[in-house]
Amino acid sequence: MHAAYPVVVAALLFSVGVYGVLARRNAILVLMSVELMLNAVNLNLVAFDVLWRDRLHGGQVMTLFTIVIAAAEIGLGLAIVLLVFRNRRMIEVDRLRTLTEQTAPAGEETPQEPRRPAAAAAREGDTA
Amino acid sequence: MTAAEVVFALLGVVAVGSAVLVVTTRQLVHAALWLVVAFGALAGCYLVLTAEFVAWTQVLIYVGAVVVLLLFGIMLTRAPIGRVPRSGADDPLDSGNRWAALAVALATAAVLVTVLVMGFKDAYIDLEAGGGGAEPLGGSLFRTWVLPFEVLSVLLLAALVGAIVLSRTDIGARDEEDDGEGDG
Repeated sequence: MHAAYPVVVAALLFSVGVYGVLARRNAILVLMSVELMLNAVNLNLVAFDVLWRDRLHGGQVMTLFTIVIAAAEIGLGLAIVLLVFRNRRMIEVDRLRTLTEQTAPAGEETPQEPRRPAAAAAREGDTA
Repeated sequence: MTAAEVVFALLGVVAVGSAVLVVTTRQLVHAALWLVVAFGALAGCYLVLTAEFVAWTQVLIYVGAVVVLLLFGIMLTRAPIGRVPRSGADDPLDSGNRWAALAVALATAAVLVTVLVMGFKDAYIDLEAGGGGAEPLGGSLFRTWVLPFEVLSVLLLAALVGAIVLSRTDIGARDEEDDGEGDG
């Protein structure tokens, strides 16, 4: 099999993932696009392992490691996304601009006060 | 074009096509389901490349675990289920810089495909069954790569503990008076 096939498929998958990360606004969709990019890397690893006939199977073992790391990443990422949702009531990544510099022009007003949801308010109830 | 190339090309078209649907669909749940199709087609690609063990691991972990986790995330963040109307700046799915993102992605694809095709136009993969089964892979995993394997288990444990700590609600930020008293 010509080596261009897996390599081209992986490159196209990676670019689709790049588009998703840049264009999507929902944080979970961004995580999905990151998974697509990781899968493109996995396909490259497997293809080059088979191409060079690695005696230690470095490429395929590395693919397994990447899959495990992707699983850990998606778990932590979703935990962070859920925490953001609990505190902000939305997970749109380009609206989470609490950490922007304050020297921004006054035209775009940013919601600075964290709207505290019911659960967190009940938990920290007496501190307010 | 050999039979393996035809099968791989078809699977690749399915994978890239469903990936495009993942990043363009207007329904969140459909994005997760198209992700299943993309991962399944990629598992088929691994099978064509004689990497059987990686293919089944892909099916087990990605299709079985990661997509279910993503669906849980979609449900827990009370995402809009069903078709989301496109509504300009308030669009909850796509941000405004869609065209810039498209330009960057097309540039990435052009550069990567050009460079890789130029670099590997003479390389031929000699497909031979048996190289990616559980036995050779397990042998090299537990002989050569056993230290990274163990380190990875620690990493997975740390990620697990971190996810639990992040998502618990009863251990939040410390109160002011506790900070005032100071911790030793």
